[in-house]
Amino acid sequence: MNLDLLRPEICLAVTAVVVIAVDLLCRHKWLVTVVSIAGLLASAGLALSLSGGASQSIGNGLFALDAYAIYFKFLFLGITLLAILASVDYVNRLPKLNGEFHALVLTAALGAMLTAAAQDIISIFLSIELTAISLYALVAMLKNSKSSESAVKYILLGAVNSAILLFGLALVFGFSGATSLHGIWQAVHSIRPENIAENAGFLLGSALTLSGLAFKIAAVPFHMWAPDVYEGSPTPITLFLSTVSKLAGFSILARFVIMTMSFQSDALSNTFGITLAVISAASMTAGNLLAIKQHSIKRLLAYSSIAQSGYMLMLIATAPINSSPSTDGYGYSLLCYMIAFALAELAVFTVIIIASKHADHDTTDDYAGLAKRSPLLACAMTLGLLSLMGMPPLVGFLGKFCVFIEVAQHGLVWLVIIAVVNSVISAYYYLKIIRTIWMEAPASTDNIKSSIAPKLVLLVSCFGLLLFCVLPMLLIKYFEWLGLHY
Amino acid sequence: MHISSITPEFIWAILWLPLAAFAVIAPLIRPFPGKAEPASFISIAAVGVSFVLSCWLLISVWNADGHQILVNGLNWLSITNGPVFNFGLLLDPLSAIMLVVVTSVSLMVQIYSRAYMHSDASYRRYFAFISLFTASMLGLIMSANLLSTFIFWELVGLSSYLLIGFWFHRPSAVAAAKKAFLITRIGDIGFLAALLLLYSRTNTLDILTLNSSAVTAVLSGSVLTLAALGLFLGAVGKSGQFPLHIWLPDAMEGPTPVSALIHAATMVAAGVFLVGRMYPLFEAAPHALTVVGIIGAFTAVFAGTMGLVMKDIKRVLAYSTISQLGLMFLGLSVGGVWVGIFYLFNHAFFKALLFLGAGSINHATGTFDMREMGGLRKKLPWTCACFTLAALSLAGIWPLAGFFSKEGVLAAVWDKQPVLFAFAIVTTFLTAFYIFRVVFMVFAGKYRGEQHLHESSKSMLLPMLILAVPALASGWLNANGGFEGLFEGHATHGFLEGIVGLLAHPLAWISLATAGLGILLAYVMYIKVWIKPDRLKGGLHPVYAILTRKYWMDDLYENLIARSLLYRGAFQIAQWFDHVVIDGATNGVAAITKAAAKHTSRTQNGALQLYALVAVMGALIIALVVILV
Repeated sequence: MNLDLLRPEICLAVTAVVVIAVDLLCRHKWLVTVVSIAGLLASAGLALSLSGGASQSIGNGLFALDAYAIYFKFLFLGITLLAILASVDYVNRLPKLNGEFHALVLTAALGAMLTAAAQDIISIFLSIELTAISLYALVAMLKNSKSSESAVKYILLGAVNSAILLFGLALVFGFSGATSLHGIWQAVHSIRPENIAENAGFLLGSALTLSGLAFKIAAVPFHMWAPDVYEGSPTPITLFLSTVSKLAGFSILARFVIMTMSFQSDALSNTFGITLAVISAASMTAGNLLAIKQHSIKRLLAYSSIAQSGYMLMLIATAPINSSPSTDGYGYSLLCYMIAFALAELAVFTVIIIASKHADHDTTDDYAGLAKRSPLLACAMTLGLLSLMGMPPLVGFLGKFCVFIEVAQHGLVWLVIIAVVNSVISAYYYLKIIRTIWMEAPASTDNIKSSIAPKLVLLVSCFGLLLFCVLPMLLIKYFEWLGLHY
Repeated sequence: MHISSITPEFIWAILWLPLAAFAVIAPLIRPFPGKAEPASFISIAAVGVSFVLSCWLLISVWNADGHQILVNGLNWLSITNGPVFNFGLLLDPLSAIMLVVVTSVSLMVQIYSRAYMHSDASYRRYFAFISLFTASMLGLIMSANLLSTFIFWELVGLSSYLLIGFWFHRPSAVAAAKKAFLITRIGDIGFLAALLLLYSRTNTLDILTLNSSAVTAVLSGSVLTLAALGLFLGAVGKSGQFPLHIWLPDAMEGPTPVSALIHAATMVAAGVFLVGRMYPLFEAAPHALTVVGIIGAFTAVFAGTMGLVMKDIKRVLAYSTISQLGLMFLGLSVGGVWVGIFYLFNHAFFKALLFLGAGSINHATGTFDMREMGGLRKKLPWTCACFTLAALSLAGIWPLAGFFSKEGVLAAVWDKQPVLFAFAIVTTFLTAFYIFRVVFMVFAGKYRGEQHLHESSKSMLLPMLILAVPALASGWLNANGGFEGLFEGHATHGFLEGIVGLLAHPLAWISLATAGLGILLAYVMYIKVWIKPDRLKGGLHPVYAILTRKYWMDDLYENLIARSLLYRGAFQIAQWFDHVVIDGATNGVAAITKAAAKHTSRTQNGALQLYALVAVMGALIIALVVILV
C-alpha cells in the first residue's frame, strides 16, 4: 500500500497527537495553537508536493489522489487554519479545553480530507464518521445546557442518519458486489431498461445512500438538525460545521453521484436527477423562507446555509442527466461556488465569534449599530452577507452566475428560475442584518476588542471576497494548475 | 476643425476617474475628522474631467467609421472549452450621448450639492457614494457585454440604496431604501433570467453578437420573445414602470440632489437605455416591443394622474418622472432608438433642473409641502425663472427642448399605434396641468409659511443656470435632424427650418393646444380660483380618493402580497412543515415519552424524535420515488 501518498493526512494525524501531548506536558497553552498551525502548514506543504501529478489510487482503490481530492485538501486545510486563527480569543477563555479543541478540529479536518479522497464505500463511511465523531465532541465542548442539548440532538440524529447511510451502502454492495465506486458504476451500467425491477434493491440502496449524504449537507428534508445544532454549538464549531463538514459532505456526494450514476435507462437518470433537483429547490426555498423570521443570528445563518446547500446541489442534480463518469468531469462552477461560500461564511462567523464575546445571547438586535462600534467587523459582515446574497462584484456573484449558466445549459431551466427568485427572497433577510448593522443605534457603546489573529482572518476573507470576482482568472488558473478540467 | 480621435486610455479614464475618486474619498470617511471640503473637490474634479473626455468621445464617435468605437477589454473569465467573458467597451452614439448626459448632470448636481449638503455631518460619505454611483452608471453605459452591464446595474442599485437611505436616522428613509432595493431586484429576476437564457442559447453575452444573432434569426421565436421580456422586466424595475413603480416616489426620501441625479435624470433612465441597447433584439421580437409600448403608455397616464393630487413637490416630480419614462418606452416601442433616447436626453436636463429647483425652494422654506409655500416668485426670482423654464419644457411648449422630443414620440405613435396616441395626448394634458399646478402653488399668490425667505447661494444657482441652457435648447440638436442622423443616418435639413418647420404640422398644434389647455386649467384653478380645487375635490371624491391612495398599489404590495401571500401563505407552508406538522405529529409520539421525561432536559420534548422521523420518512419517500417512478 503506497501510504506515502497519504502524507498530508498522516501529517495531520500526527499533529493531532502531538497537540494532545503538548497540552498535557507543556504549561504554555499558546504552544498548542502554534503546533496546530505548524501541522496544518506542513500538511499543506506535503499536499503541494503531491499536486500536479497524474491521478493515482491509494490502497487498492480505497482513496484517490486526483486533482479533485487535492483541491479539497487545500480547501479544508485553508479553512481549518483560518478557523483556528479566528477562534484564538474564544479558546483562550476556555483554558482547560485548549488541547481537546485543537486536536479534535484537526481530526475533523483529517476526516474531511479523507472523505474528499475516498472512492470506496468502506473508506467513505469511515472518513465521514471520523469527521462526525470529532464534531459530536466539539459541539458538546462548552458543557452548558445549550451546548449539551445540541450535542445530544446532533449525535442522535447523526446516528440515525449513519444507520440510513450504512444500510444504503450495504444494499449497494449487496446488489453490485463491489465496494469501489468504479465497481458500482459497472454494476449501474449493466442495468438495462428491461431489468430495472430485478435491481430494485440496488436503487433502494442508492436512494438511502443519497439520503444519508444529504444529511451531511443539511438539505431538505434532512435539514432539521442544522438550526438547533448551529445555534447551540460554540461559534467556532458552528463555523466548522457550516464549512468544512458541509463541504466534505458535498465532496463525497458529488463524487458518488458523478462516478456511479450513469444509467443506461434515461428514465432512471431522470428520476435521480429530478429527485436531486427537487431536493435542491426545496432546500433553497425552505431555507430562505424560514430564515426570514429568525431572531437568532446563528439560526438565521443555519437556514441561510441550508439555502446555500440548495444552490450547490443544483449542479450535482445535473450530473445523472448528463452522465460522464470520468474523474475529469467535475465542473469549475461548483468548486468556485464552494470557495465563495467558504470565504463568506468565514467572514460572517468570525465577526460573530468576535462580537458574541460581549453578549451571551446572539440575536440579530445585538448587532445594531455594529458599524459605530467596529467598522472592520461591520464591513466584513456586510461583505460576507452581500456575497452570500450573490451581489456583484463579490465572489458570491461569480459562483452563483457560473452555477446558474451551467445548470441552464444542462437543461434544468426551471430549477435556475427557482434559484433566481430565491436569491431575491434571500436579499430580504440579508439586507435586514446589514441595515441593523449600519443604520440602527448601537445597543452598547463599548468598543469591541479582539486580538490580531481574528482580524487577520477577516482581512483575508474580505480580500478574497473582493479579489476573486474582479479577477476570476486567478481561480481558473489555480484550477488549471491543480489539473482540473472544465 | 479637426479633432483627433480619442484613444482607449482616455476612454477607460472616463470610468476609472470617478471610481478612483470613490476609492480615495471612501477611506477618509472615518480616519480624518475635520476638513470635509477636499472630498467634494476630488469628486467634482474627477467627474469634471470625465465630462470633458465624454464630450471628446462623442465627437470621436461622430467621426468614427459606422459611428462606433470598440475597446478591447479585460479578459474577465476564459475557460478552455468553457465560458469566455471579455469586458470591453462599446461606444456608439447611444452610449456616447448617455455618457455626456450622466457626466454633465452629475457634475452640476455635485457642484450644487457642495452648498446644499454643506452643513451635513456626513458630507464626505455623500460624495463618496455619489462618485460610486457615477462610476457604476458610466460602467453600465459603456459595457460591451451584458454580464458586465448587469454587474454595474446591480452596483447602481446598491449605490442608489445607499443614497436613498443616506439620512438613516429617519425610519422612512431606511424603509424607502429597502423598498427600492427589493422592488428593483424583482425586476432583476427578469434581467438575470434573460441573461441565462441568452447565454444558454448562444454561448455569449456580447451585446453586438447578441444583437446581430437576433437580426440574422439565430435567435428567434419564443426564446427571443422571452429573453426580450425578461430584459424589459429588468427595465421596468429600474425605470419605475407599472407595476414596479411603487419604489420611486418613496425614494424621494434621499437628499434632493440625489433625487435629481439618480431618481430623475440618470439611473431611472437605465431601463430605457437597456431597451435601446438591445433594440435589435426587441425589433426581432415584435410582441415584446408591443408590450414595451403598452406598459409605457399605460404608465404614462397612470402615474400622471397620481401626480395631479400630490401635495409634496418632490412627489409630484417623482410621479412626473415615472410618467415621462413611460413616454420614453412608448417612444422606443413605436419610433425606434433615437425617439426614446432623444426624449431621455432632453428630459434629463429639465427634470434635473426641476429637482434642483425644488431643492432650492426647500432650502428657503424648509419644507416640500406646497401648502406651506406660495408667493415665492419675489423672494426667489432666479429659482422661479429656472423652475418655470423647466416646467414649460416639461409641458412641451415650443421652442423649448421638451417640445421637440415630445413631437418625436407623438408623430411616431400616431403613425404606428393610433390607439396609444390617445394615451400620449392625455399624458401631455396631465403633465402640463400638474407641473403648472406646482408652479402656481409655489410661486404665485401669497406666502403661506412662516420661514424667513431668502434666495439660495450662488453656488447653488450657478449649476441651475447652467442646466437651464440645455433645458431650453437641447431639443434644437435635432432641429437639423442631427440627433436622429447619428442613429439612423437620415438626410438632414436646415436648422431654422427644423425649429419652425415642425409647426407646419397639425400634430404640433394638437399637442401645443393640449398642453396649453392643461396650463390654462391650472391657471383657472390655482390663480383665478374660478374653479375651487376643494369643491372639485368634494365633487369628485371617489376619484380623488383613488388618486391620493395611489390606486391602492402600496396596499396591494404591502398588505396583500407581502403580508398575506408571502407571510401568511408561502411562509406559513414552510413553517407548517417545520413546526405545525412536526409539533402536531410529535405531540402524539411525544405523549408516551413525556410522562417519563418530565424531569429531563429540553432534548426530550419530542422535537428530536420528530426530526429523526422526518429524516427517515424523507429517505423512504426518496427511495419509493426512485424505485417506483
